[in-house]
Amino acid sequence: MAGLRAAVGLADSCDVAVVSRVHPLRSHSVAAQGGINAALGNHPEGRDDSLDRHAFDTIKGSDYQADQPAVELMCQEAAPVVYEMEHWGVPFSRFPDGRIAQRPFGGGAFPRTCYAADRTGHVLLHTLYEQAVRKRVKIYDDCHVLRLVASDGRVSGLGALHMPTGKVVGFSAKAVIMATGGYGRVYLRSTNALINTGAGIALAYRAGVPIKDLEFVQFHPTSLYGTNILITEGARGEGGYLINRAGERFMECYAPGAMELAPRDIVARSIQTEINEGRGFQDEYVLLDLRHLGAEKIKSRLPGIREICIDFSGVDPIEAPIPIQPGQHYSMGGIDVDQDCRSPVPGLYAAGECACVSVHGANRLGGNSLLETIVFGKVTSEKLPPDLETLPTAEPEAVEAAVKEIEQDLACLSDSRRDGIPYTAIRDRLREVMSEKVGLFRTREGLEQAVAILKELKEGVKRVVVPGGAPNRRFHQGLINAFEVGLMVDLGEIIVAGALRREESRGSHFRTDFPHRDDARWLHHTMASWTPDGPSFSTKPVVITKYQPQARTY
Amino acid sequence: MGSQEYTFLVFRFDPERDREPRFDSYTLQLDEWQSVLGALMEIQDRLDPSLSFRYSCRGAVCGSCSLSINGSLALACKTLLFRLPGGTITVEPLPNLEIQKDLAVNLQPFWKAYQEIQPWLHTAGVLPEKEYQVSERERSRIDQFVNCILCACCYGACPAIGRDSDYLGPAALAKLFRFVGDVRDRREESLLRTLDDQHGVWGCDTVFRCIDACPKEVRPTDGIAALRRSLIASRFGRRR
Repeated sequence: MAGLRAAVGLADSCDVAVVSRVHPLRSHSVAAQGGINAALGNHPEGRDDSLDRHAFDTIKGSDYQADQPAVELMCQEAAPVVYEMEHWGVPFSRFPDGRIAQRPFGGGAFPRTCYAADRTGHVLLHTLYEQAVRKRVKIYDDCHVLRLVASDGRVSGLGALHMPTGKVVGFSAKAVIMATGGYGRVYLRSTNALINTGAGIALAYRAGVPIKDLEFVQFHPTSLYGTNILITEGARGEGGYLINRAGERFMECYAPGAMELAPRDIVARSIQTEINEGRGFQDEYVLLDLRHLGAEKIKSRLPGIREICIDFSGVDPIEAPIPIQPGQHYSMGGIDVDQDCRSPVPGLYAAGECACVSVHGANRLGGNSLLETIVFGKVTSEKLPPDLETLPTAEPEAVEAAVKEIEQDLACLSDSRRDGIPYTAIRDRLREVMSEKVGLFRTREGLEQAVAILKELKEGVKRVVVPGGAPNRRFHQGLINAFEVGLMVDLGEIIVAGALRREESRGSHFRTDFPHRDDARWLHHTMASWTPDGPSFSTKPVVITKYQPQARTY
Repeated sequence: MGSQEYTFLVFRFDPERDREPRFDSYTLQLDEWQSVLGALMEIQDRLDPSLSFRYSCRGAVCGSCSLSINGSLALACKTLLFRLPGGTITVEPLPNLEIQKDLAVNLQPFWKAYQEIQPWLHTAGVLPEKEYQVSERERSRIDQFVNCILCACCYGACPAIGRDSDYLGPAALAKLFRFVGDVRDRREESLLRTLDDQHGVWGCDTVFRCIDACPKEVRPTDGIAALRRSLIASRFGRRR
């Protein structure tokens, strides 16, 4: 979504192209359900809402880890981008007065989440794609980017495997915008699309761009038991209850004020605590009960999740509660960029989930991710064109060299060496370790074990192969999977090491051995840079302007 | 949740290398709540990494994994094994489209038809300062068409496409109605008239195959019928 928004903004002034592993309409943004935040004040209970309040809620939600000027920028741009998207055709749900409907979401003081039933991501993505078609944006889909070409402080382009031909191709460009989403599939249980391997973040890392705050991993409280498909926070925004095996609305014990609408980190940990302490079902899940909302409200406001529940778990939420468990959902961290979406490498920009501006800090509020993609996609499209005048020209030789390197890598992966390790062996073990030891609750002991296992996996990556080789590279997804497993291990390594370093609990990062926030020691961003021996870490201050850190209660 | 043995007969073909398509057979133990997409991923991961098919969300919203499963067009991610009769499942690519490799088809004609209807909101005059005022009733009129995920199941099912590859097909025409039916849209009527022929709104056989094939309960034929009505009305000088 961020990439499309950037491309739409750039189409009139630049020679821009979208390079994507899938057709743009198949991107993970399409799966976003609940809505997009903007303090429009359309809701009768939201008349007193304001930019400042939206910014404060976001900053408090971030556990004071967000950079406050960036948050203010996002909140300022919220209403204009929502109106722009509406003018472009987004069919938002409406209030009786004809204005865009808004619903309450976790961590927000007012109902400010604009929605289109529970298919908000779908309508936003389709509308942006429509604008891209209108502007005749060039799109290269079925293209798996395998190298970001950056050297000597400049970006020169990309190297990619073009699936329909099986050929490695190069793209020369003065500027590259990464808009590649999150890394959910590094975890076993994730709400993310299957394509969300985090490859873009890892490619930037390997190209020498610092990666920021990767230890902050959001677990969504309500993913459907079995498939971990997202069940929107909107279900609780509309009034849904979380219930344990004893039939109790257990959020009363954890967040008596906000109840089910506490921020995601708090609700997810509460659910996991209930399950861990034996008050869940089959030690796996609790229930999300919507029955009291009534059939009509469920059908009109939550038709998509009703369909998902019926199709994937055989449960109709009108008649029975939904079995849910926390699942990896979102990456607060990512490619280090400033609020103009510039990374420290000239010519490299990033926007959306793969980027870390940082507007979400240690915990993102629901409804702020769609907002971030569109606002910062737009920001990139405005900030990038003037930079083109001073950016050095791309080096086609560097791109050609990258193409050759990719050829070698792919040849290596399809080699039938005797000591080869199938990519699945590494990938499956990685997911297991990340879920078990780098999940909602973390400890030094568990993280140290994870470090050791990841070290082994990284050794294994050197011998990874596609079983049977890949004599024909056309649409050979096994080959891509084998390539990406190395990238996924790189990300795992950064997440684990960052989590081990951070001896405190802040937002989504919870250390049972350090259960409190420690601003004196840890109120700063974690910066990871690639070295041959693994990530090297440094820090960067969090920008605090208007809102001094306070205790975070709901 | 029970586990059982399933056999998949999967269509295999690389037009650049193979003379003829073939069916490869894979047998594996799977949970009955597994989806056909999940099964294909298992086959790719454990048995044959060279098997090609498209996928993304696995939650029936992205529209990537449209396939023919036991002869019916469906999203593989949404088709759970226990809902299929018997333990043998035949998986083939979408019909009406050129095969790129195995289950992956070339969707270019589908996207070209989509682009031909100018699929964006055509506005005219000064934009409102905030949002357009739209009632829920007006919005809900286009709801089912908004829900279209452009998976192309209807395109694969359409007999008119099979006959006339220049016919725009159900998805593009349903999308056109999504805009024509939107109270904010101000497209010129002349745009509509360019589609007033057998390759456009009159190409439909009204045999409702698209409705049967749609995994999202969109009824493209309803949109096509409504477009026909408004075209006839405009011939008699009435604004839609």
